[in-house]
Amino acid sequence: MTVQVLLPGVLADLAGGAKHLDVEPAGDTLADVLDELAARHPMLGRRLRDETGTVRRFVNVYVDGDDIRYAGGLTTTVRDGAQVQVLPSIAGG
Amino acid sequence: MTDLLAIGTRKGLFLARSDDGRRTWTLDGPHLLAQEVAAVCVDTRRAGPRILAGIQYGHWGPTVMWSDDLGATWDETDSGAIRFPADTGAALARVWQLRPDSADRPDVVWAGCEPHSLWRSTDGGCSFSLVRGHWDHPHRPEWEPGGGGGAVHTILPDPASDRVTIAMSGGGVYLSDDGGSSWEPRNRGISAVFMPEPAPEYGQCVHKVAVDAAGPDTMVAQNHFGVFRTEDAGRTWSSIAGGLPADFGFPIATSPITPGTAWVVPLVADMQRVPPGGKLRVHRTRDAGATWTEGGVGLPDAAWTAVMRDAFCVDEGDPTGVYVGTRDGCVYASADEAESFTLVADHLPDVLAVRAVRLP
Repeated sequence: MTVQVLLPGVLADLAGGAKHLDVEPAGDTLADVLDELAARHPMLGRRLRDETGTVRRFVNVYVDGDDIRYAGGLTTTVRDGAQVQVLPSIAGG
Repeated sequence: MTDLLAIGTRKGLFLARSDDGRRTWTLDGPHLLAQEVAAVCVDTRRAGPRILAGIQYGHWGPTVMWSDDLGATWDETDSGAIRFPADTGAALARVWQLRPDSADRPDVVWAGCEPHSLWRSTDGGCSFSLVRGHWDHPHRPEWEPGGGGGAVHTILPDPASDRVTIAMSGGGVYLSDDGGSSWEPRNRGISAVFMPEPAPEYGQCVHKVAVDAAGPDTMVAQNHFGVFRTEDAGRTWSSIAGGLPADFGFPIATSPITPGTAWVVPLVADMQRVPPGGKLRVHRTRDAGATWTEGGVGLPDAAWTAVMRDAFCVDEGDPTGVYVGTRDGCVYASADEAESFTLVADHLPDVLAVRAVRLP
């Protein structure tokens, strides 16, 4: 199974400059996708989730356009060919 | 001789340098732009100075970064310098303190973090291990976070022994004589006006502690109301706030060379965190707190701001240099032990931490 991950430009450097990444997760949940992403790019992985595995408060993740906070969170099912988009939330300073 | 002043702010790090004996300063930065730098230190035990910064990316979480070329480039450990072990169920919220150990332990660096935790690095600050003796302390569930969060914010390793003294917001002073394996509270005499028991064994909101030049048993503390001094390693503390215009404040610093000399920056009260009358002043004692003298020619008379606990420091010069950073983005330096100050920088983001070192 292959999933496409879309990153904001500010994180692309942590993935070798790529804003689009093809990821082959070990399972079919968002957690599996993020685990695989973190295995390949550890620094990117911890920008998205803390050491408990929780998605950081001001990081929004969408699976095929749906905000995972209103879906199944990290257990959200991800299909073959799905698009996982990471966006910084409305915050800053 | 160059004096280097590292300035951590809400939105990045600035470096000020003086090559004329701390009379004039040039400012470099911002480094780490848009990242909160709540903790900074300059480790001068290495062949070249290493700047360590406890940063918070905002969206992307906290970590420790370092620079070995005075800010030109920055590095961080891929997996993160500070990560709570899985069994703790905790996540790093903020790095509050970075403290190099002694010259005899050149690769040891300590970190104090939120949630209340103490960390030790043996590789110069690239990676840290949780000090389990502190984390597993039976008092920990009762350490309450202060308004800024619950954290280890002060770390005082004794260069001549395995003693480490720490202070925590909402926990108080704790001391270990075995390098961190076991800890006991050392708060007797320090008040806790926000608790029903006025003199609890622990739970005080001690804002900052500094070791006196007399030796490791002698320390001073700026408390959440009250300024205190101990001469028996914290077994008993006595008030030394009598000569101050207010006993609230955050920072306290001691002279590295002259016993009995300390500085504080009074604020009116916890619910009025501004200097008395809006006049930003540094108060100094030269007699172990028996009397205090207001200093600060050059500090502003209408400064409705505050100085954070780590936005105040001294250097190792003689006379001692004193440095003040304010929440309205000003930094002042004194080369005469706080008699007078010059403006180093203004219009910075709010200043969270300053640290001064002398480089050859």
